[in-house]
Amino acid sequence: MLDEGMVTGDALAGHAPDPRRKLVEVRGLKMYFPITSGLLRRKIGDVKAVDNVSFDIYEGETLGLVGESGCGKSTTGRALLRLYEVTDGVVKIDGQDVARADARTLRQMRTTMQMVFQDPQASLNPRMTVASIISEPLDEHTKLSKKEKLARIYELMDAVGLNRTFANRYPHEFSGGQRQRIGIARALALNPKFIVCDEPIAALDVSIQAQVVNLLEELQEKLGLTYLFISHDLSMVRHIADRVAVMYLGQLAELAPREALYAEPLHPYTEALLSAVPDPDPAVETRRARIILKGDVPSPANPPKGCNFCTRCPRVMAVCKDVEPAFREVRPQHFVACHLYDSDKTQDAGSAGA
Amino acid sequence: MLNYTIRRLVLAVPTLLFISLIIFSLLKLAPGNPLGDLPLTIPPEVREKMREALGVNKPLLVQYLLWLKEFFVVEPLHLIDVIFGTHYSAGMQRIISWQTRSPVFDIIAQRIPQTLWVVGLAYVVGVLIALPIGILSAYKQYSVFDQTGTFAAMLGLAVPPFFSGVLMILIFSVYLNWFPAIYNTNLNVDSWHNFWLQIRQMVMPVLVLAIQTTSQISRYLRSSMLDNLSQDYVRTARAKGMSESRVVLIHVLRNSMIPVITVIALGVPSVFGGAIVTEQIFLVNGIGQLLITAIYANDLPMVQTITFIFAVLIVLFNLVADLLYGVLDPRIRYD
Repeated sequence: MLDEGMVTGDALAGHAPDPRRKLVEVRGLKMYFPITSGLLRRKIGDVKAVDNVSFDIYEGETLGLVGESGCGKSTTGRALLRLYEVTDGVVKIDGQDVARADARTLRQMRTTMQMVFQDPQASLNPRMTVASIISEPLDEHTKLSKKEKLARIYELMDAVGLNRTFANRYPHEFSGGQRQRIGIARALALNPKFIVCDEPIAALDVSIQAQVVNLLEELQEKLGLTYLFISHDLSMVRHIADRVAVMYLGQLAELAPREALYAEPLHPYTEALLSAVPDPDPAVETRRARIILKGDVPSPANPPKGCNFCTRCPRVMAVCKDVEPAFREVRPQHFVACHLYDSDKTQDAGSAGA
Repeated sequence: MLNYTIRRLVLAVPTLLFISLIIFSLLKLAPGNPLGDLPLTIPPEVREKMREALGVNKPLLVQYLLWLKEFFVVEPLHLIDVIFGTHYSAGMQRIISWQTRSPVFDIIAQRIPQTLWVVGLAYVVGVLIALPIGILSAYKQYSVFDQTGTFAAMLGLAVPPFFSGVLMILIFSVYLNWFPAIYNTNLNVDSWHNFWLQIRQMVMPVLVLAIQTTSQISRYLRSSMLDNLSQDYVRTARAKGMSESRVVLIHVLRNSMIPVITVIALGVPSVFGGAIVTEQIFLVNGIGQLLITAIYANDLPMVQTITFIFAVLIVLFNLVADLLYGVLDPRIRYD
């Protein structure tokens, strides 16, 4: 089925050549935040929020990014759109390197990549009406006439299910779900190809969560959008994502198609994470064996030597505390960074992974 | 908004009446005798007649009510007479200064232009300098500019005008001879030359006063900008692909100005109050100087009236600040 000899310049394509086009390519992404101290604010170290992360997102798919609080999910999402100055690595979106684009190019590229933020209240300027929030990117990046702009605003409001008569209201006059719809309409204004959804439903009621997620799915179908869906809600990710990446302490632990990951998690961390999802059936729920991880997440300023997860891993081995596991494709399209699978015969995907 | 304003204005009436009563009582309780400076050779019966003429022998309540009538009825009527040429207030007793025996409001009208020119201009200059400093020090937090600005603001707030004023006179008038040490009120600005003289004599008092305003407002703006710069909506604006200047000057600055503008509005009454110390140092004969000389001379009607005008302005500008808040911040709605 696969010709391993065909590994070309793109090491990732070597294993399972995918007919789909890669819209987003991330290679060795590092996002370090300096720690300063003392009178002169000397740099004494780094918080390694994202440390050497590589993955691809194919056009039209939804990649779920899960992990516990503080593992670097949101930082990855923001770094992808260059809302932070990345420390190192390559981020290519639609063929263009975002991480190193100059200010002007970057601003033009912002039309292809957008973000839906976590907190729909704080992420909208309280002094701007819905219409001006949605039309601001149009003012900046297009030359539409006033009438066309208004038509576009109404079109977007219709698309996200907002009543047109609300155009001149301010964000605080809306409910959480409606505000998130404003945030989505705003992100869609410039017809982006790629949208990072940074925990778009975390601040919403459960009933509203479903509405917003369904809206995102509908829009994806209609507009052919590509999502990076960041969440800590595993069941929601299972619902929306085509592939799922699991993050732990700034690194990717596992990346696999949804069904494969939920059916057979390879990484001990993924296993523990999935075992924490409650089951709606009380009979199953009482018999469910939860893997309880001991200890706390180490500080990203001082990650452990070897595997990042070695301090809490229930299946830790001697090698884990010494050698950092490579992020490798151990099954087709199933990548994992764990020494347990060192013996599995597969080709080393090197520093990259998809 | 209109209902709210009317309600606040109605509520202001009892507040102001109460304030006027307090001012009146405090002044009456304070030691001092308006005839204390007169020679001892004046016979007691003459002295009594003089007291009667000043109206100090009447019961306190009557004195207070008379002052209220003069302030709220006679003076407004007189103003109408002056403007429209009518004669409503003919024969009515106006508030008379004990020092000069002329109506208090006439003296205030003579003094207010100097105060407004010097203190008002200083306020405007101070705010205008403060805005860029505040914006830049917040945007480049902990930079050399920010640290210098912080230090300068601290210095500006810590050094009182009676020190900085004298220091400036010493440096710029005595040593360098750039600006006159004394403000000449009689200067009539009728030619370019005199205009230039007017500018030169205004520089120092305006600067001394502006330092205070700049220090205060730039600090306020800096912290308000810092609050807003870390807000999520700023990231949204950047994600939209807005230019950095638009992000900072439109999104952040507009939101940061909300608390700052109220601080600026609350500072306006002090402009009308003049600057007692600075006016004294540069001999600007404005309201501040008028008040301090009236206090020395035990000129109770004058002190009472000026103090009460301050109170009215403070109550008024508090209302203005609240209303501005409602206008600037769509999240705040009155009624």
